[in-house]
Amino acid sequence: MDHITFLVAVVIVTALAFDFTNGFHDTANAMATSIATGALTPRTAVLVSGVLNIVGAFLSTEVARTISGGIVDDTLVTPGMVFAGLVGAILWNLLTWLLGLPSSSSHALFGGLIGAVWVGAGQHGVHFSKVVEKVLVPAVASPIVAGVAALLATYLAYRITARARTESVTRGFRLGQIASASLVSLAHGTNDAQKTMGVITLTLISAGALGHDAGPPLWVVAAAGLAIGLGTYLGGWRIIRTMGRGLTDIQSPQGFAAEAAATTVILSSAHLGFALSTTQVCSGGILGAGLGRRLAEVRWGTAGRMVIAWLVTLPAAALVGGLSAIAVTHGGNLGTALIALLAAAVATAIVLASRRNPVHARNVNDAHRVTLRGAAPASVGSAA
Amino acid sequence: MDLDWTALGEVAAVSTGVTVAVVAVFALGVLGLSRADSTRTTGRPRTAGRAPTAGRAPTAALAQAGVCFLACAAAVGYGIYLIVPQFH
Repeated sequence: MDHITFLVAVVIVTALAFDFTNGFHDTANAMATSIATGALTPRTAVLVSGVLNIVGAFLSTEVARTISGGIVDDTLVTPGMVFAGLVGAILWNLLTWLLGLPSSSSHALFGGLIGAVWVGAGQHGVHFSKVVEKVLVPAVASPIVAGVAALLATYLAYRITARARTESVTRGFRLGQIASASLVSLAHGTNDAQKTMGVITLTLISAGALGHDAGPPLWVVAAAGLAIGLGTYLGGWRIIRTMGRGLTDIQSPQGFAAEAAATTVILSSAHLGFALSTTQVCSGGILGAGLGRRLAEVRWGTAGRMVIAWLVTLPAAALVGGLSAIAVTHGGNLGTALIALLAAAVATAIVLASRRNPVHARNVNDAHRVTLRGAAPASVGSAA
Repeated sequence: MDLDWTALGEVAAVSTGVTVAVVAVFALGVLGLSRADSTRTTGRPRTAGRAPTAGRAPTAALAQAGVCFLACAAAVGYGIYLIVPQFH
């Protein structure tokens, strides 16, 4: 353990913190519609999702061999840049959670890394054509595909069951939702925990603590799995409310159609090598399911705010990542420690701001909107 | 930069097809269950014993539900197979 320097230790802790925010930010993806339709009680839903995320983390043996999948030049990446990128990703995840906006954790991570590498290694360290190919195109295409699939499936489901008894239909699709939501959770665990394992493993390799081509040690797998599972169990109730209640009023056939669409898009694209955002796919599915049922109200205002968050996620995380990278590359250990303290302070401020109007398991289904009393978001936003 | 439009189209076609198929089959299963339920509840008060017609309808409806749910379970199984790398 001689190789574990202060910086490496900070990177590991920060990576696990990101993993944790990734978990609670994304609980909504799998479970929001199940909670909204009553297929699972809120507490059961987050427990099931948390456990399946941990199981998924242990199942994924093919840990990402690159930190970014080719979006930045990995040979130029130093542990300091990884730290700066993670800070950008964490702060953006927390801010969007405070506002109850489902944004992509993967985009936040990519954005943070892009900003940190751009500042730390120069513009040539960022492969912009890869950013378009791997991030932008799937980001536009995948929610649309999931939305269209969910729309058609919802329309058909209501046509087929039009003459069936309403209570039988509601009960039947609720049971189906348990299976579809569990699949989303498992797929999430295999994908997202893997990113954190990749970041920690590559940092350990670059520090010389592990040999080249080494796989992640068991403690890395266990720590990453537990962090994402605990985050999921904590539940990002603010985002669950927006996805389950805010976009549209969901009934169980719609929830099932949305989750089925999300699962197939995630699995078919993973099979063909596309990296995409679970959050965006699931939101697209929910919107499609809203459009597929007659008389269902789709709240376009909420959907619009969500899309704006998607557009801003990458640049915003890049900005924070870049600013952090300046301090880390010029300030050494002192700069790193300062950024870590500053990030912890901003994170605490965001959590305190969320207390003004808390959303939790008991009130998650009570309203459509996540609101903040007072003018907290503006000041927190400028600090981040 | 070259975009693989074919792969993108494949994802779109496969996802839409599979989603619609699974949800439609599941809906048919739910319809079967619903029919079985309603025959059971409405059939009982009219006939004290079990009339052969009242008995057959729920059986057919239940069989329809069973086949549909089995097909969906198979789809879920294939999904788990795709997710878990150890199975490949």
